[in-house]
Amino acid sequence: MVKKVGMEVSVAIGEAVKLANADVIAAYPITPQTHIVEHLAELVADGELDAAYIPVESEHSAMSACLGSAAVGARTFTATAGQGLELMHEVLYVASAMRLPVVMAVANRALSSPLSVWGDHSDVMAVRDTGWIQLFTENGQEVVDNVFCAFRIAEDRRVLLPVMVHLDGFHLSHVIEPIVFPEQSVVDKFLPPNKYPLPLHPDKPVTMGDFAPPITYPEAKWAQEVNLRASKEIILQTWQEFGKAFGRHYSPVESYKTEDAKVLLLTMGSFSETAMTVIDKLRGEGRKVGLVRFRLWRPFPFEEFRQAVKDAETLIVVDRALSFGGPGGPVCSEVRSALYGEAKKPKVVSFVAGLGGRDITQAGFETIINKGIEISQKGSQNEFEIFGVRD
Amino acid sequence: MAKNQLMEIRWHGRGGQGAVTSAELVAQAAISEGKYAQAFPSFGPERRGAPVLAFVRIDSQEPIRIRAEITEPDVVVVLDPGLLTIVNVAAGLKKGGMVIINTKKPFADIEAKLKTKCKLARVDATGIARETLGVPITNTTMVGALLKATEVVKLESLVEPLNHRFGRLAERNINARKRAYEETELKE
Repeated sequence: MVKKVGMEVSVAIGEAVKLANADVIAAYPITPQTHIVEHLAELVADGELDAAYIPVESEHSAMSACLGSAAVGARTFTATAGQGLELMHEVLYVASAMRLPVVMAVANRALSSPLSVWGDHSDVMAVRDTGWIQLFTENGQEVVDNVFCAFRIAEDRRVLLPVMVHLDGFHLSHVIEPIVFPEQSVVDKFLPPNKYPLPLHPDKPVTMGDFAPPITYPEAKWAQEVNLRASKEIILQTWQEFGKAFGRHYSPVESYKTEDAKVLLLTMGSFSETAMTVIDKLRGEGRKVGLVRFRLWRPFPFEEFRQAVKDAETLIVVDRALSFGGPGGPVCSEVRSALYGEAKKPKVVSFVAGLGGRDITQAGFETIINKGIEISQKGSQNEFEIFGVRD
Repeated sequence: MAKNQLMEIRWHGRGGQGAVTSAELVAQAAISEGKYAQAFPSFGPERRGAPVLAFVRIDSQEPIRIRAEITEPDVVVVLDPGLLTIVNVAAGLKKGGMVIINTKKPFADIEAKLKTKCKLARVDATGIARETLGVPITNTTMVGALLKATEVVKLESLVEPLNHRFGRLAERNINARKRAYEETELKE
């Protein structure tokens, strides 16, 4: 058996990118992502990773450099968080529309103001519609595994889309925990060299991301939509192949102790693990509760999600972001939308919690579950409840 | 430590004293022994000299899933004796829990300051660090005290993480840790 090593998750991501043999890293440091790109800069400077490290002057430039790099067919990685992701915003659309397989780790962080370097999902939700494939992870091992998967998915000729791998800032990025690294040969076998079909080359000119008048723009966008939806099949295949090669299995919607559960909690990211310990406790008391989590956020896994919750009476959704003046939790909003047309569906209760790095403790999740059941039985709720906030 | 028991350790130090490094080293030692462990700092910007926290969870049997700060520790390690007057280091300490302090003062003085009954361990980590490292940085020394007081990981399991972390300075840190292990006094 391969030995587990105790390593900070950020450093582990750098090691995974090295094992994935990235060619170009263009990044700008920002808390809580900094340790990822610092470690990569070190690996490149020490000659342990044969790659070009481009230290740019902003995240907008980081993503722009990634476009160029991916366009010539180089395996391209970057990482960011919070404000950094927002500064990249317009370039994110370009990466997906130009079908450039960039892989980016996002150490999810709250947005200013007030200034917060701590974690929540405000940054992710703001880039929801940028056309990237988006994966969520819950522990260090999952981030490492999904860095390999992300490159393979992104560079698959049938996909050719950029992929974000989300990990919670600080709550995951800054934790030392046991991680298993595969042998280089195993990674090489799973992740073949990047063969971008139409790379930019002076001898074979191609045009990318050109001008589109009304006569072509809608078709271009529709093609992009069809392509992103179709990527789900390849994502599923990739996770299956990964499971065969590495023995760890991933799926778009993960379920935990959901058999015969009348009440389901829905979470995303590392707090899901705290939630699992609460499900264990309540199951021990004989209560029929379970947990579902989105691992695949885009493309949205409609079928898998509906299947996972169809037998529940109550679905309690915990969002770590706020849609101001809107439906409260952005994840819950999509969940409600996905279930609206279903004949048989659970009552959906929405909570927003854990903003700006505030812990949701075990006691907190238990209260959310109990309160969610109470609201569901009463049959009425305002759009959402904010949890654990002083008036 | 009972089998399959989760042990939660909270470190109190000041920015620059290496509380975070201590937590990392202990977690890495535990993981090298095949246990499950997790270490992390109190998240956010760090300020030199200001009170800081670091956390370690160790479980010999099961993966650790709680992702929140430790509010009810089994063990508290205090790197700086001056913190006792400004921070309630024993806050939330579990029944039967232990506080391990870097101090020259007798147990009676510590008890008076803590205002709570608990198991205690003390060592003059500052003195040991000055003599063996030449600087009053007490993190690796206090790791030695922790191991004496709790046997949460083996003394030798720290050697590899210390070598990796400190390189040519590792040997001095290994000695500091060993001396603290020998000189730590316990009180039930």
